[in-house]
Parts: sequence; C-alpha cells; structure tokens
Amino acid sequence: MPANKQASTDGYKPDPRFKIAHKEALIGVGLAIFNFIWWFGFAYGLGSRPPEEYTYIFGLPDWFFYSCVIGFILMCALVIFITKFVLKEVPLDADPIDFNETIEEESQKS
Amino acid sequence: MNIQVIIPLVIFLVAIFAIGFIASKQMNSSGGFLQEYFLGGRELGGFVLAMTMVATYGSASSFLGGPGTAYTVGFGWILLAMTQVVTGYFVLLILGKKFAILGRKYNAVTMIDFLKARYNSPTVAILSAIAIIIFLFSAMTAQWVGGGRLIESLTGLEYTTALFIFAISVLVYVTIGGFRAVALTDAVQGAIMVVGTLILLIGVIIAGGGVPAIMQDLLNENPRLVTPFGADGTLSAAYVSSFWILVGVGVVGLPQMAVRAMSYKSSRAMHRALVIGTIVTGFIMLNMHLIGIFARPIMPGITVGDKVIPLIALEVLPPWLAGIVLAAPMAAIMSTVDSLLLLVSSAIVKDVYLNFIKPEATERRVKQISVGVTGILGIIVFLLAIQPPDLLIFLNLFAFGGLEAAFIWPVVLGLYWKYGNKYGALLSMITGIVSYIAIHFYNSSYGNLFGVHTVTLPVLLSLIAYIIGSLAIQRKAFRF
Repeated sequence: MPANKQASTDGYKPDPRFKIAHKEALIGVGLAIFNFIWWFGFAYGLGSRPPEEYTYIFGLPDWFFYSCVIGFILMCALVIFITKFVLKEVPLDADPIDFNETIEEESQKS
Repeated sequence: MNIQVIIPLVIFLVAIFAIGFIASKQMNSSGGFLQEYFLGGRELGGFVLAMTMVATYGSASSFLGGPGTAYTVGFGWILLAMTQVVTGYFVLLILGKKFAILGRKYNAVTMIDFLKARYNSPTVAILSAIAIIIFLFSAMTAQWVGGGRLIESLTGLEYTTALFIFAISVLVYVTIGGFRAVALTDAVQGAIMVVGTLILLIGVIIAGGGVPAIMQDLLNENPRLVTPFGADGTLSAAYVSSFWILVGVGVVGLPQMAVRAMSYKSSRAMHRALVIGTIVTGFIMLNMHLIGIFARPIMPGITVGDKVIPLIALEVLPPWLAGIVLAAPMAAIMSTVDSLLLLVSSAIVKDVYLNFIKPEATERRVKQISVGVTGILGIIVFLLAIQPPDLLIFLNLFAFGGLEAAFIWPVVLGLYWKYGNKYGALLSMITGIVSYIAIHFYNSSYGNLFGVHTVTLPVLLSLIAYIIGSLAIQRKAFRF
C-alpha cells in the first residue's frame, strides 16, 4: 500500500526525509555547475591561445591538463568530501516511523 | 587471427557465463518474484551499484567509436568525452534518496511504475512503455550488431557465428538470472574495462616513446590536434558544451539508469557508489580517449574509427595481453546489452502485460511470462541483428537523445515539483520525442541549428511543455 495515502487531508505532512533528499539534489546541481565552469573555463580560456604558446605538463597540453585531468581529480575529491561530511544516511523503507519522529524532534528543538 | 588472442576472450566469456549462472542460484523470492527478477530485490551494495551504472552506460561508443573519433579529431574530442564524468555523481544525487524512498513506497519495479504512481495516469504509463520498447529495442539490436562485429574482427569467425556466440552468452544469464545476474556480471565487466584500459594506455605510451614524444609527433603532423577545436578547427565550444546535456546531465532521463537508482540496499551503498562511480567513469573515459589520440603517431592512416582500438592493441601488446585488453570493449557491449534486454522485457511484462492485460496473473504465471518474454526478445534481437532492417538502424539514432528528451522532466520534476501533473508529463514526452525527430532531420540537411547537438533544443522545449501543461490544466499540488 502506498503509505502517503494514509495521511488525511488536513493532517498531511511531507516525509521529513524529503527535506534531506531535496538538499542533496541541490548539491548535485551545484557540483555539476561547478564542474562545467571549471571544465569550460580552462579548456577554452587556456586552449584558445595559438598552439605554439601552450606549455606542457606531464607531456599534456596545459589547457587539457587543468580542464580534464585536474578537473576530474578535483571532482573526485569533492564527491568524496561531500559523501563523507555532508550527505546523511537515512533509512529507505516505505515507512520508517522511528526515524521520522527523531528528525521531527530535532527540527523542533532547533 | 592469433589463437593466443582468442584464449583470453574465451576464458572471459566462460567466466561471465559462470557468474551469471551462480547469481541465478542466489535468487530469493522473499520480496516477490518481480522485485527480484527485474530489480535484484533492491539489495545492491555500493560497488556493484556503481559498476552496473558505469558498465550499462559505457557502451560500444565509449570503447570503439569514441576513441576512434579522438584518433581523427584530437584532444578536442577527449574534452568532449570528459563531460561524462558528471554522470558518475549526477544521476544518483539527482534521483537520489527521494527516488529510492518513493520507489519503495509505490512498490515500483520499473521507472514506468514510478511515473504511473506519481501521475496516476495509465496513459503516461502506456506511452512511456511504447517509447521504451521501440527505442531501446533498436538500441539493443545496434549493440548486438556491434558485439557480433567485434567478435568477427577479433577471431576471424563468420559474422553469424560470432553473433550467435555473443547472443548465447548474454541470453542465458539474463534469462535465468535476471537483474542480479546482470548487475553482478556488470561489476566484473566494469572491472575488466578499468584494468584493460589501463594496460592498453601504458602499452601505447611506451610504444610511442613517452607522452612528450607523442605530443611532438602530433604537433609536427597538425598543431590543431592538440587544441580544443579539432583537427580541422570546426569543433566549436557551443557544440562540445552541448554534450553536457546528451552524455552528461541528460543521462538522468534514461530508463536503464533510472531503474538502477532504485535498486540499492541502503543510503550507505548509494554514498559509496557516488565515489566509485565518479572515479571509474572518469578513469575509463580519460584513458580510452587518450589511447585513441596517442595511437595516431604509432599507427597513422587508420580510416575506420571503430578499428583503432583493436588494431592498436594488437600492435603494441603481446597477443595474450591484447586478448585480455580486447575483452574490455566486449565487456562494455555485453553489459549494455544485458541491461537493455532486461529493461525492455520489464516494460513488456510489468508495464504492459500486468498493467493492462492481466493484472490478476499468479506469481507462477508471472515467472513463466518474465523468463519467456526475456528469452523470446533475445531470440528476436538475434534474428534481426543477422541482417538489421533499415528501420531499426534509423530508430537507433533517436534512442539515446530521444529518450532523454522524453523522460528527463517527467522524472526529475515529477520528483521535485509538486505542481507537476499528468498533462505536463504527457505534453513533455510528446514534445520531446517529436521535436527530437524534427530537429534531427533539420540538422542533417542544414547543419546544426544554433551550432549545438540535436538533443539541446528538445530538452528545453520539453521543459517548457511540462511547465505549461502542468500549470494550465488542473493546477493542484501533489502529495508525495
């Protein structure tokens, strides 16, 4: 049974876990925007010079090294940081009553 | 063809076969047969989840077509390919925990189950099922052709025989093992891709005399190869950037990816998969495409892009090692095909048969139908792939971008925007597919509209359609 139908018309409260989920989705959007700016900025900022002016890092053209190699490593580091310190573990079951009550108590305190 | 190359490939096929078989023995039906067969009982751990996403997503084009284009176009194409790093974290973060929670609440086994419950509309469900069956069926056939051709070129077997070997190996484990077998074999195939690309990259760099020497050769041949603008200077920033939609963020709308975002066991598994998925996607894409461009000075004059990787592997590695490395593109094709096969089967069994034809079917009957449909689908695909009809080749062109344009907003806004409703979803799906096909024809005769990839405008248009449709008709907040 879909659990959301149990709530009556007046007493409807969205699942408190969704607040966490919404925040994490926004983090995803933020990461992608940052990733794009980094990728685009170095690729076309440095790469638009004539090839004679390129410098080479580990043999790779500088624009490529910063945009794609460092960019990739940086994104990995960011994702590791975010999963370790920002993302929250929540139960995924349809109706975890205990967990939702604890979240609500916490949010009332603050 | 060298027997030393073939032996590792045969071992690979046997191993995949064995893993699929073992996985099928592990099936437990405590949570119901459908959940188990089409979703692995929602029990995937972090590593398997990450690998099955990467492997499903990485297909023949990542391992043969893409590096082949990098060979011709130069560093600009690697820049383009690296837009795919975003898929490693974006799909799981965007669909995220909400999709996994709602999937459990609605008891959804497929992406269409979710759409049907969210929009409370059989029309949305049937339209989605038709789109998925048509487009992914064609995409699957195209991949089978690729798999057959690859075996053909590596072993020297006749195409039909090669295709038969390929078909049998995939079909048996998918049919009997379902999603669990697909995910586990994907994990092994993903690992082979990582190891294979690394070995080949090292081999190519050594054969080319080190990266600086290779770079000097490229500069001597054509300095534009090391710029972001392609060998003839025509690769524009707008065009390359529009691949952020096609192979980056738009991947959220692909049903074969979305279904994986509700298959994991716990949020801990999802967190692990985020890290592993990002690292593995970026690593594979960077390596494969670097191999493509580095191969150019070593073996100049290859005209068929798809042959660059097989030829360079045989050139720079000892035969037995080349066999191991060439199992990687094979693994990539197989892991895409097995997922698509199961997905099309789930669309037919769960979304059409159980929703519209016989909702009261018994568990036993569902089991027979699921295994039967999966098997029969595989046989049809095999027969079609022997001599692919033009219509399939044609439909395959729209499979990726068309499905993205159709599903991205009904899924994403369906999750996060409470005013989204069935009118918006229907309008968005129709607008997405129709405009994708229309713009495809415009672009192929007049050049790219606004200089961007075909997918860009349909994704924007379907967003507008979704918002207008939702707000204009029956504006009412949805309660999740």
